[in-house]
Amino acid sequence: MKKILLWGGLGLLLVFLSIGLYRSQQGQVGIGETAPDFELISFSGGKYQLSDYRGKVVVVNFWASWCESCKPEAKDLELAYQFYLNSGDVIFLGVDYVDIEPDALGYLEEFGVTYPNGPDLRTEISQAYRVRGVPETFIIDQNGIISHVQIGPYSSLEHIKSTIDPLLD
Amino acid sequence: MIQKIIRSRWWIAALVLLISLIPISAFAQGSDPSDDDVNEVARQIYCPVCENIPLDTCGTTACEQWRGIIRDRLADGWTADEIKTYFVNQYGDRVLAEPPRRGFNWVVYLVPVVIFLGGGFLFYRGFQQWSSPAQNRNDREMKKVTSKPVKLSEDDISRVEEELRKRSEG
Repeated sequence: MKKILLWGGLGLLLVFLSIGLYRSQQGQVGIGETAPDFELISFSGGKYQLSDYRGKVVVVNFWASWCESCKPEAKDLELAYQFYLNSGDVIFLGVDYVDIEPDALGYLEEFGVTYPNGPDLRTEISQAYRVRGVPETFIIDQNGIISHVQIGPYSSLEHIKSTIDPLLD
Repeated sequence: MIQKIIRSRWWIAALVLLISLIPISAFAQGSDPSDDDVNEVARQIYCPVCENIPLDTCGTTACEQWRGIIRDRLADGWTADEIKTYFVNQYGDRVLAEPPRRGFNWVVYLVPVVIFLGGGFLFYRGFQQWSSPAQNRNDREMKKVTSKPVKLSEDDISRVEEELRKRSEG
């Protein structure tokens, strides 16, 4: 009986360690996977539920005001948002990762970002997407499936469009 | 007389200076927390951006921002617990150096205790065997003899008896 308890306890410990190691080794949510649903509450108080946008392409961009490599793509993302705005086929959501609100608002103002942006409260959204750093951008197709994962910043507006346009054809 | 006046003026000046310092120092304590005050709270918090580095020793921009928040909140009169609750609400439980004692987090607290007790038990058993090896060996041999009876043939028995007889005679 004692041996069973001892080995059982050791086995349980190994299972916990294995789960922990497995989770830490997992990369981002990948292409072809269903995008985890989330609710983003923007800095202005608007609520945006990802699942409400089935039938549209959704661009989810993770960023932070302290992130230097996020800055070069900020203006391009806004330009892309403006480019697709009239069609209504593409939704842009900005998720502010581990940031403080005054600095985040300053960042949005500095780069003239007008699409919905909000804090990642309790880092629940970034954990669901297994984000490892910022910037990271997920392109989600009309069926809620991830079609592109951009690790690091986009290099240009054309680069952004090249990951969205194939879904609109 | 003049010397007395000069001396008393020095006393008055010193007194005025001392009084003027009292409210300043009290004001400074309330509104401008020291680095030690900030680090006292910061060392209980981990920034998710820089894993395994407590906030008081982390040098990234994000951590500097967070220390700035702590400084502002302390200046506003918040307690350390209130500040930690604020960070948990904003960034989740994982910012805490010490996970809250609830749900799955209990594993963190219970596993070391179980390992310690298990190790203590094994050590105790090992020590017991080490301290009386002869007794234990006899017990084990007795157990072997009693647990596995060996069936001997008539020939074997006679050979054993022969051997014993030779030894007793020799």
